[in-house]
Amino acid sequence: MTRWISLGAGFVFVFVLLVAFFAPREATEPDPLKALHLKPRNVQWQHDGPLGFGVLGTFDRAQLQRGYQVYTEACSACHGLRYVAFRNLEALGFSEPEVRAIARQRQIADLDPNTGEEITRPGLPSDHFPSPYPNETAARAANNNAYPPDLSLIVSARAGGQKYIYSLLTGYQPAPPGFQVTPGLHYNPYFHSVQIAMPPPLMPGRVEYADGTEATVEQMAADVTAFLRWAAEPELEARRRMGLATIGFLIILSVLAYATYRRVWAGVPH
Amino acid sequence: MSFPWAQQYEPKTEFTRWLDSRLPLPRFVWNAVGPGYPVPRNINYFYNFGVLAGVALMVQIITGIILAMHYSAHVDTAFDSIQHIMRNVNEGWLFRFLHMNGASFFFIVVYIHIFRGLYYGSYKAPREVVWMLGVVILLLMMATAFMGYVLPWGQMSFWGAQVITSLFSAIPLVGESIRMWLVGGFAPDNATITRFFSLHYLLPFVILGVVILKVWALHIPGSTNPTGIEVQGPQDTLPFHPYFTAKDFFSLTIYLIFFAAVSFFLPNALGHPDNYIPANPLSTPAHIVPEWYLLPFYAILRAFTADFIISAKLWGVIAMFASIILLFFLPWLDSSRVKSASYRPIYRWFFWLLVIDVFILGWVGAMPAEEPWVRIGQAATAYYFAHFLIILPIVSMIETPRRQPNSIAEAVLGPEAVRARPASRPAEGGFGGAMPQPAE
Amino acid sequence: MASDAKIISAAGGSPEGADVRRRDFIYIATGAFGAVGAAAVVWPMIHQMNPSADVLALATTEVDISSIQPGQAIKTVWQSKPVFVRNLTQAEIDAAKAVDVSTLRDRETLEQRTQPGRLNWLITLGVCTHLGCVPLGAAEGENKGDFGGYFCPCHGSHYDTAGRIRRGPAPTNLVVPPVTFKSDTLVEIG
Repeated sequence: MTRWISLGAGFVFVFVLLVAFFAPREATEPDPLKALHLKPRNVQWQHDGPLGFGVLGTFDRAQLQRGYQVYTEACSACHGLRYVAFRNLEALGFSEPEVRAIARQRQIADLDPNTGEEITRPGLPSDHFPSPYPNETAARAANNNAYPPDLSLIVSARAGGQKYIYSLLTGYQPAPPGFQVTPGLHYNPYFHSVQIAMPPPLMPGRVEYADGTEATVEQMAADVTAFLRWAAEPELEARRRMGLATIGFLIILSVLAYATYRRVWAGVPH
Repeated sequence: MSFPWAQQYEPKTEFTRWLDSRLPLPRFVWNAVGPGYPVPRNINYFYNFGVLAGVALMVQIITGIILAMHYSAHVDTAFDSIQHIMRNVNEGWLFRFLHMNGASFFFIVVYIHIFRGLYYGSYKAPREVVWMLGVVILLLMMATAFMGYVLPWGQMSFWGAQVITSLFSAIPLVGESIRMWLVGGFAPDNATITRFFSLHYLLPFVILGVVILKVWALHIPGSTNPTGIEVQGPQDTLPFHPYFTAKDFFSLTIYLIFFAAVSFFLPNALGHPDNYIPANPLSTPAHIVPEWYLLPFYAILRAFTADFIISAKLWGVIAMFASIILLFFLPWLDSSRVKSASYRPIYRWFFWLLVIDVFILGWVGAMPAEEPWVRIGQAATAYYFAHFLIILPIVSMIETPRRQPNSIAEAVLGPEAVRARPASRPAEGGFGGAMPQPAE
Repeated sequence: MASDAKIISAAGGSPEGADVRRRDFIYIATGAFGAVGAAAVVWPMIHQMNPSADVLALATTEVDISSIQPGQAIKTVWQSKPVFVRNLTQAEIDAAKAVDVSTLRDRETLEQRTQPGRLNWLITLGVCTHLGCVPLGAAEGENKGDFGGYFCPCHGSHYDTAGRIRRGPAPTNLVVPPVTFKSDTLVEIG
C-alpha cells in the first residue's frame, strides 16, 4: 500500500515538473549592461599577508592614518562612519591626546543638560563619528535621490569587499562610444549598473599627505580602502592572532588524540 | 537496554555506592557513553558524525546564550547590537563568528550524518524511530537556523523572512491569514523579530530533548555498521569507552581545526554581504538567496514554474515540505532486507546519483531564476522525488544483493579466523590491560 | 585487518613495562593538553560579561560647573551613578568646619573631602551608603535633613553640609569620587 501511494505521489511530482520543463520559455534579451560590467581588479594590501591568504597580514598603520585622512577630507562630507568611535582611532596609531583633539574638532548633537534643548558640543573620545545627514530621507533629498551609504561596514557589505571598493574608486572612465550616460550619473564599469550617482571623489592631489606620500588616485584609493577595511573589521588582527594560536593548539592536540586513539586500539582489529 | 554482554557498572567507592542507590547518574552515563554500551567494532569514521553533531549543537547553545546577553531584539537596535557585539563586547566577535559559522558546520555534519544513514541503511528496522527522530531534528534545525538568520535584521534577514513567510500565503483560503499570524503584522517587523528571538532561544533546547530521545532509541538496537548485519555476540562489539571515546575525541579535534580555520580566517565566506546592510523594507536586494544549507530546498521550491490544477507557487511549497516529510516514510519505501549499500549493487549507483543531485540542487538554488538554471533545477528536482518515491521502492524489489559476511567478526577478521577460534573472542586489550572481561 | 598472531600479541603486550609507561604518558599528555584548551576557552566566556569597551570609555565624565551658584547643586551621572556637585556657601563651609570630627561616625574633615583651595566644591556620589537610595537635597526645595546637607528618605539618614553621615542607619559618609579640576569651571570625575 505504502508503495502504491509512493509511486503515485512520485509520478505526480515528476509529471508536474515535466510540464514545467517543457513549457515554452519567453525569449529574453541578453542584458547589455552585463557585457560592460567588470569584475573587481585584483589588488593586494599589506594586511592580506604573504600570497594574499590573509593569514599573517597586519594593517599598515601609516596607510590607515593616510586612509583616515582621505576619508575625513574626501568622503565624510556625504558618508557617515557611525559604528566607529573616536576612541577606536587609537588602533590606527594615534595617541590618546591626538584622539582627544580629533574628537574635539567634530560637533556632536546632544541635549543641553539644563534646558533640554538640542545643541551641538565638541566631541569626546567616547563619541561616534557624526553622520552628515540625520536620516536616509534627508540624505536622498540632498543628493538628487541617491543615498550615500554609511561606510562603517561598506567593505563587508559589498560583494568583492576591498577589491570592489578600490576598483570603484579608481574605475571612473569615459563611457564607451555609443553608450548614453544618464545626466547626473557617472560611468563606472565596476558599479553593478555601470552608472553611479557619486561623482569621482578622488583626483590627483585631493589630499596632502603629511608623510610626503604622493597623493595619486591609486594611492588614495588604496589607503582609504585599507582604512575602511579596518573600520568594518577592527577585530581583524586579533582574530588572526587568536586563530593561529587556536589552530596550532588544535593540531598538537589532534596529534596527541591520534596517538591516544592508536594506543587504545593497539592490536584490536576493526 | 543493551546487549547481555555489556559491562555492568559496579560502584567502587563508598560514595558512588551511596549515590548509585539514590541517583544512579554515573550508572546512566556508564551505560549511555561509557564501557556499558557495546558498539560494533567495525564502524568507520562516518559514524563519528553523530557525536560531532552533538558537539555542534552544544557549541551553538553556549555561544548563543552568550550572544543573547548582548543582543537586542528590536527593529531599531538589533543591527546596532550586533555591531556592539562585534566592536565593544570583550571577544564578542569571537562568539558571533563561532555562532554564525557554527550553524553552517552543524549542517555540514548533519548532512554527512544523514547521507551515511542513507548509504548504510540506518533507517531500516529496527531503527525506524531513530531515523524519524533524526528527521524531526532536521526540521527543527531548519526552523531554528532560519529564525536565527533573521535576528541580525540585515537586508537578507528581512527579505529572507519576507520570502519564507510568504510561502504560507500559497495555501488556499487561509494562507494570507497564516502569513500575517506568523509575522504578527502586514510585513516582517518588530513583532516578528521578538517572536523569532524567543523561538530561536527555545528551539535548540527542544532539539536537545529530541537528541536525548534519539540516543535512547539508538541504544536499544545499538548502532548499525558498514556491513549492515546486526551484532550477534561479544566478538562483534567493543565497549564505547575507551574505544569510541578515543576515536570520537580524535575526530573532534580534526573537526575543530576546520571549524576554527573558517571561523577565524574566512568568517564571512559562508554568509552574504547584503546582511551587513541594515534591513530596508523599501528596497529588495538584487538577488535573494537563503543560507547555503537551505539552497537545495530553495531550488525545489523554485523548480515548479507551471500551474497544473493548483498554482505553481503552491506546488513549490508542497514539494519543498514533501522533500523532507518523505524521509519519514523512507523505512517503508525501501523494502530491501539488506541494509548496507556496499552489498546492494544497483542501489549504490542511485545513492551516488542522489548525492550529485543534491549538490546540483544546492548550486541551482544559488543561481538566479534564468535559463539554463531553471531547467537544470527542474530535472534535478524530478530526480530527487523519483529517487525516493519511485526508484527506491522498485530497486528494493528487483535487486539481487551481493553475499554478505556471516558476522561482523568474520568481516573484520576474515572467515578463517572465526572458524579457527569459534568460541574465543578477540582480545580487548590495549587500554591499561585491566579491562573487565564480559562473562561468556 | 589483522592476523590472528597480532590479536594474541596485543593481548599480552610485548615488553610490558616500557609499553605501559609510554601509554600512560600519552594519555596524561592528551588529557592535560585538552584541559589547558578547555581552560583557555572558558576565559573569554567569563570575560565577555565584563564591561564592554563602550562602557569603559565612559569611565570619566567632564562637568561644566560655571553655572552653579553658591548654595546650589546639580545632579550629574558618572559611571551610571548619580553625582551631586554642590557649591557651598560660606555659612555651610563654616557649619561643616565647626563640627568636632571626633564626634563623627566616619571621621573626615571638609578639607579631606574637597580639593585643595576649593573648599566650596563638594562633589559626592548621590548614593546613600546605607542601601543605595538617592538622597534628597540636591535640588531646590528638597528636604536637606536636620543638618542642612542631604536626607535619604528610604531609612532616614541625615548628612551634613560636608556630606557626612550624622544621624540614621548609614554607616559611612557619602563617597567622594576621584575629582580633577581641569580649570576653574571644568571638573573631570573619574
